[in-house]
Amino acid sequence: MSDFVSSFWSGYVAIVTLLSILACVVLLKAMSSKRAAGPSAPETHGHVWDEDLQEYNNPLPRWWMGLFYITIVFGLLYLVFYPGLGSFTGIYDWSSRGQYEKETQQAAAQYDPIFAKYAKQDIPALAANREAHAIGERLFLINCAQCHGSDARGGFGFPNLTDNDWLWGGDPKTIETTILDGRTGVMPAWGAVLGEQGVKEVANYVLSLSGSKNDPQLAKLGKEKFAATCAACHGPDGKGNQTIGAPNLTDNIWLFGGSEKTLIETISNGRTGTMPAWKGFLGKEKVHLLAAFVYSLSHESGAQPAQPAAEAESEKPEEEKK
Amino acid sequence: MNAQLPVHNLTLAKTAAPAAAEQEEALYEIRKKIYPRAVSGWFAGWRVFFVVLTQVIFYGLAWMQWNGRQAVLFDLAARKFYILGVVFWPQDFIFLTALLVICALSLFLFTAVAGRLWCGYACPQTVYTEMFMWIEQKIEGSRLQRQRLDSLPWGVHKIAVKGAKHAVWIAIALWTGFTFVGYFTPIRALSHEVATLGLGPWETFWILFYGFATYGNAGWMREQVCKYMCPYARFQGVMFDRDTLVITYDAERGEPRGFRSRDIDYKAAGLGTCVDCGICVQVCPVGIDIRKGLQYECIGCAACIDGCDQVMDKMRYPRGLIRYTTENALENHLAWKQMVQRIFHPRVLIYTAILWSIIFAVGAALYLRQPLKVNVIRDRGTLVREVENGVLENVYRLQIMNTDEAPHGYFASASGLNAIRLITEKQPIEVPAVSSMTVPVRVQAAPGEIKPGAYPIQFHVQSSEDKSVAVSEKSIFLIR
Repeated sequence: MSDFVSSFWSGYVAIVTLLSILACVVLLKAMSSKRAAGPSAPETHGHVWDEDLQEYNNPLPRWWMGLFYITIVFGLLYLVFYPGLGSFTGIYDWSSRGQYEKETQQAAAQYDPIFAKYAKQDIPALAANREAHAIGERLFLINCAQCHGSDARGGFGFPNLTDNDWLWGGDPKTIETTILDGRTGVMPAWGAVLGEQGVKEVANYVLSLSGSKNDPQLAKLGKEKFAATCAACHGPDGKGNQTIGAPNLTDNIWLFGGSEKTLIETISNGRTGTMPAWKGFLGKEKVHLLAAFVYSLSHESGAQPAQPAAEAESEKPEEEKK
Repeated sequence: MNAQLPVHNLTLAKTAAPAAAEQEEALYEIRKKIYPRAVSGWFAGWRVFFVVLTQVIFYGLAWMQWNGRQAVLFDLAARKFYILGVVFWPQDFIFLTALLVICALSLFLFTAVAGRLWCGYACPQTVYTEMFMWIEQKIEGSRLQRQRLDSLPWGVHKIAVKGAKHAVWIAIALWTGFTFVGYFTPIRALSHEVATLGLGPWETFWILFYGFATYGNAGWMREQVCKYMCPYARFQGVMFDRDTLVITYDAERGEPRGFRSRDIDYKAAGLGTCVDCGICVQVCPVGIDIRKGLQYECIGCAACIDGCDQVMDKMRYPRGLIRYTTENALENHLAWKQMVQRIFHPRVLIYTAILWSIIFAVGAALYLRQPLKVNVIRDRGTLVREVENGVLENVYRLQIMNTDEAPHGYFASASGLNAIRLITEKQPIEVPAVSSMTVPVRVQAAPGEIKPGAYPIQFHVQSSEDKSVAVSEKSIFLIR
């Protein structure tokens, strides 16, 4: 606990502190009266501003001096109650760590029962619970929105959580596991294996899987290469594999973008996506509520009339401006 | 050149007076208790009026209701300040600044015209001291009775009288503390808490602290606050000039002072009109002798004018030996009309003009204030996403603050780029009364082939009922 390497320094600091306070008392006492030979000269402080402005040396009221003594008494009492005198921790035994622990204990006593109550309920039930949903939303905005966005629709390299298209599976249990333990999805680089032309062919074949604009001839050539190199993870029909996080390539939902250019980049250089594990930071009970919130984003339930399905657009004021 | 009035320092003369022999001299001055004599008259009447007015407002306003809530309430926890029909948010801080500017300029103006009017009539220190002295006088008696009581040794009678006085003082001080806290915690709930002994620790602390400050300042410290603590008191004196009305003893008329019978011709006896009765000194709450000239301790309460006028009436001399007059008027024997004309000199007129223009500006700003505020918070993590067919999407959170005391719906939209549109869960966005709501919104645009970068866009939030309630906010849209 103590910052001192030997008890000597603690005692040394304590004595210096007490001597300093004592010196203040002595100084105050010595300076509160003076030996004067009658009404001598010191009428003003001797400074002159603006040609004729002078400062009188008037006596301070005695109660003002009393305030100085009060600060000394306060200082001594402080040293008795709080740490300050060497390694003596004071009778209150206060420390910033102790205060922090006390406050976390108080918070735990207040909030743990709430989390414990929800931990017992299953995720679809929680998704329909307004209060649980609100807690989950706050947790999401604090911890998840940095990558997945405030609206949970993801971004470049971060999956959209509202579309019911899942890399690792969207059943309640799997969502919870994903948040608890994190995920790492790796797509290897195939540029060296396939060659520039091969990559282009495979990219066009992949585009054809989701019915996107593609060059049918290149796609035809790419089909075989896909079966040889990609089907191991993405499946022969390109529908992906949730056990290893291989995305479905047929649904026109893209994690890193779905243009020919980005697909060539993806296939040539590979991709790595990481979802960190939240078990250690948030704890199981909070992750449970988060999982319920994420589940609710793609599963409409009675309690959530305002979820993504009802996307009102902002056309009204827009039209008025035009 | 010195346009300022000479302010005499008499403390110096007092300390410098004693004998020449070497002696131990205390550098700290022990306060000499002042026993002001009660006085009545025109100025005393005005002071009573201001004491009653300010205190009726202070004690009464806290209980007034408005729209089913406390009329004046400073809700620090929720950071909402209710003043009659207006709700101020932290974003309205500029109005507090404006209020302080108005207060400061008013102080300058009043001081330039007639000296320390604030100190003499409206300052809480004066008002509470006045109240406490009135109680003291009712319980302990007149000036002489109070002096005699203090010189007596402690006994049953003295303890009873002093105890009664302090009990009443403390009761008023606690009520004042309670009322003060009642402007920050709804006073009706607070009175219920007091009745059931359910006060929170901070409420208890502030009631006791404010009560203690009232009791200490008005009961014990009194003129010491003005003399040693108050910065206003010190710099107000500097703002006087030769055409400022100040309380002045007309030495030319009064001197040489001296006791005399009412019936003799004082002029023949070589005397002035001052009968040297000492009433002006006895009534002074700061314990000075106004006949020695303007002093920094003088709070401009005009008690000496009332006191002197009474004596003048009894002597059948003209009133106004001590009166409000200006240095110029006294020196040049100006008539009342001339003096008043000179008061409206450029300095006073400039203060007045600035003051009124600020008051009008603040009034207009308050009148035109929108009961709606909007913050746009761009998502920092997700820069830009591609939706489909070259449509790009940015994510924002709109914080919509409805400062009105009724729930309202708002339409949000965006402008500034090709085919820009704002998508959110639900429009209009319903925001409850006096609260803020943060909604995630997506903004999509099809900018076509333009350089990647940050482009300025505008958000527009408009009330669904009242089209004139609308706010536009700037933000940026990222394009890649």
